[in-house]
Amino acid sequence: MPSVSMTVNGKSVSGEVEGRTLLVQFLREDLKLTGTHVGCDTSQCGACVVHVNGESVKACTVLAAACDGASVATIEGMANADGSLGVIQQAFQDNHGLQCGFCTPGMVMSAADLLKRNPSPSEAEIRHWLEGNICRCTGYHNIVKSIQAAAASMGG
Amino acid sequence: MPKDQGIGASSKRREDVRFLTGRGQYTDDINRPNQTYAYFLRSQVAHGKINAIGTAAAAAAPGVVAVFTAKDLEGAGGVPCGWQVTDRNGEPMKEPKHPILAEGKVRHVGDPIAVVVAESLNQARDAAELIELDIDELPAVIDMRAAIAGGALVHDDVPNNLCFDWEFIGDNKAAVDEAIAGAHHVTTLELYNNRLVANAMEPRAAIGDYDSSRDEHTLYTTSQNPHVIRLLMGAFVLSIPEHKLRVVAPDVGGGFGSKIYHYAEEAFVTWAAKAVGRPIKWVADRSESFMSDAQGRDHLTKVELAMDAEGNFLALRCSTLANMGAYLSTFAPCVPTYLHGTLLAGNYKTPLIYTNVKAVFTNTVPVDAYRGAGRPEATFQIERTIDKAAREIGVDPIELRRRNFIATDAFPYQTPVAVQYDTGNYHATMDKAVAMADLGGYEARKAASAAKGKRRGLGVASYIEACGIAPSSLVGALGARAGLYEAATVRVNPTGNISVFTGSHSHGQGHETTFAQVVAEMLGCDEGAVDIVHGDTARIPFGMGTYGSRSLAVGGSAIVRSVEKIIAKGKKIAAHLMEASDTDVNFANGKFTVAGTDKAVDWGTVALTAYVPHNFPHDKLEPGLEETSFYDPANFTYPAGTYICEVEVDPDTGRVEIQSFVAADDFGNVVNPMIVEGQVHGGLAQGIGQALTENCVYNSDGQLLSASYMDYAMPRAGDVPSFAVDHSCVTPCTHNPLGVKGCGEAGAIGSPPALVNAVVDALAGLGVTHIDMPVSPGRVWAAIQAAKH
Repeated sequence: MPSVSMTVNGKSVSGEVEGRTLLVQFLREDLKLTGTHVGCDTSQCGACVVHVNGESVKACTVLAAACDGASVATIEGMANADGSLGVIQQAFQDNHGLQCGFCTPGMVMSAADLLKRNPSPSEAEIRHWLEGNICRCTGYHNIVKSIQAAAASMGG
Repeated sequence: MPKDQGIGASSKRREDVRFLTGRGQYTDDINRPNQTYAYFLRSQVAHGKINAIGTAAAAAAPGVVAVFTAKDLEGAGGVPCGWQVTDRNGEPMKEPKHPILAEGKVRHVGDPIAVVVAESLNQARDAAELIELDIDELPAVIDMRAAIAGGALVHDDVPNNLCFDWEFIGDNKAAVDEAIAGAHHVTTLELYNNRLVANAMEPRAAIGDYDSSRDEHTLYTTSQNPHVIRLLMGAFVLSIPEHKLRVVAPDVGGGFGSKIYHYAEEAFVTWAAKAVGRPIKWVADRSESFMSDAQGRDHLTKVELAMDAEGNFLALRCSTLANMGAYLSTFAPCVPTYLHGTLLAGNYKTPLIYTNVKAVFTNTVPVDAYRGAGRPEATFQIERTIDKAAREIGVDPIELRRRNFIATDAFPYQTPVAVQYDTGNYHATMDKAVAMADLGGYEARKAASAAKGKRRGLGVASYIEACGIAPSSLVGALGARAGLYEAATVRVNPTGNISVFTGSHSHGQGHETTFAQVVAEMLGCDEGAVDIVHGDTARIPFGMGTYGSRSLAVGGSAIVRSVEKIIAKGKKIAAHLMEASDTDVNFANGKFTVAGTDKAVDWGTVALTAYVPHNFPHDKLEPGLEETSFYDPANFTYPAGTYICEVEVDPDTGRVEIQSFVAADDFGNVVNPMIVEGQVHGGLAQGIGQALTENCVYNSDGQLLSASYMDYAMPRAGDVPSFAVDHSCVTPCTHNPLGVKGCGEAGAIGSPPALVNAVVDALAGLGVTHIDMPVSPGRVWAAIQAAKH
């Protein structure tokens, strides 16, 4: 089996994987980073969004082997160094931007990429950006509010 | 100033921290030592006779532990149904067996045929491709009208595919018929309430584990009600007594009804874990969820509303074909009957109501309760019909509703469909919604839309729901095979902190926060001193779970009763410590005092004394401070409200854009406004999804065409607006201790008719009178073209 090495949340990791192993499987099953979720099998729901080399990627749509040498960030790496919630995470809690929590890791990772590209997005821009992240609980209302609040806290 | 703790505070959710940091523990996040993986081979045809299943090659494939078919499960019972409806001819409903794995026939696409258990999921999946199926495809019956009129039989022993033919209330029929025959005006509407897929974002999953040293089974499962699963699976399917069966429902990623039911996969992994001597994990992929999770709605309904010359409602007559799918899911029979027929009075004083419901088997995935369950269907048929009636008789739809609202001073109000509304004020929520919607500016907005070539429409809907499910004696008389109380244990630990064990289950509702607020309010303590434990039959005394907006009204009431008992015992302990009479002791703000004196003992002292009872009234009390209550509600609760939606329709493309959506709800008292508003937002989006985008579609062969997120249009962030919601109109529930009604389903109940009414209003000038949901661009465009020609 091919071996892969990558940096995940700042730590070097490696493993042997079948060629067909998806990045999300490698994260969940080999690295036991179960914060990244699988909500569909057609790359639609966005529960599995992580960052690969700084950009949001659906981890169900990329092979682990294709990420050899990459730098990967997951929800487990989003808290502050002291363990407290990061700005976006805190904004989601403050604004009730999550209910069941299943889509949440993907929402936070997606929001982080948006705010990096566009520090002060309008409501319409946020809603458009979230096209690839499905939430069944919140009606998106408070997710939009959370991202706006995070943008404000980050000075956007 | 708003409170920052206790009842009425928007306390931030404590559960969020684990969800936001990737530390939630959903079923798929759990792995048992030496675990194997199950893959279910499912039917690709909607109806077929199984001649043979060849498993030898699969069994010999790499990594395969075992392959199972129905013959291996002889002796196991079928998946049971929890509600029996009686046909109007007095006979019980038809209740064909629902086997764990298909026996002799497959009856819907997705019906499980065989299971491969292997060392890895990939190996199980690969081996399943080696299973040789010899199945003769049979004609499938999909359309309900065809099903009851000589179509193919889903079950050979169920004539005309008719599960039951039910009426409510039979004694009303003659009077209803007479009133309709003699009425000044009768509005008739035929509509289809579209089939939906719940689509909780976490797919269903189950892990079976067996401890041979203790002969104990454990099932980890994505359930809204682990004790109900333990009862149904243990008693009816696998014959495992409760004390040898533990069911754990850990963090669950949404339910919306679809995770109430007992499913075949849960029974299989529980049974097979013992058979193979190793834990077995199964996780549905999304395609499997589409083919195996119980689906929702699917009612074909005719409504007739009779009015006098002033527009007063005289009588309502409805008939419905309700799709059961291929088998009866756990609560399927009660959805189109007792959760639907009993709600047909709506918010109105209609004196005469009769409905007939025929439940029909088809070669489709089973149908059961989905957010609202029967009540959205009732509300949609009433509110669409009222809108049509208003147009026909030339009365403003808001005025027509007001004219027929049950008067505010008429509560408690006995409806002609068995239920008694304890309290309500429908004019108040209408007033609030009208104010929020700025109707004064509507004509100007309509003109602005017209200037852009768009047609603007305004839609109003009022709703009532019966939730806080439900009085056991009542539902028992109506066919429920279970009681619908809730249980809670409150344990005060020796140093004064509190563990609450509740039978309610949180899968997004925020109980860990809300229930702690209730307890903290009652005990005058910090919310952080209260921990809420749920989702494990080994830790919780008992429970009926979470559905029907019942958790706070029923589960919360059980907690209140236990805390009341704790306080009562605490007073006796305190009285002993203060050498006072029990009846002279007061408890407030976490302190026990004696009236008229400066004597006081604090909460911590009483808690510690209960567990270190050196100075203790042993003659009157046992040590310890822990109480359990089972709360059985006296009535349903009846949340109600009014929703107003404004849309813009592009007549060239048929595209509907929601311009504003306001919701004014009466939920009784509210514990956490932030969470309540979040529940409404989510419900609104699901209702808007039903009305605007979602549709579960089978072709005439029974192939499920909408079996992925590529084909089933879940509402995305760009499909819904930000909402304006209000819950300040409060008529507290009169029969539970918190005065709460429940808020989980309201949004999904009230929003579909508001949206469709708005779209029809936008197009009424063109002659459009009705469009079935979803009001997708294609349908809207077609309706416009049909009206033109």
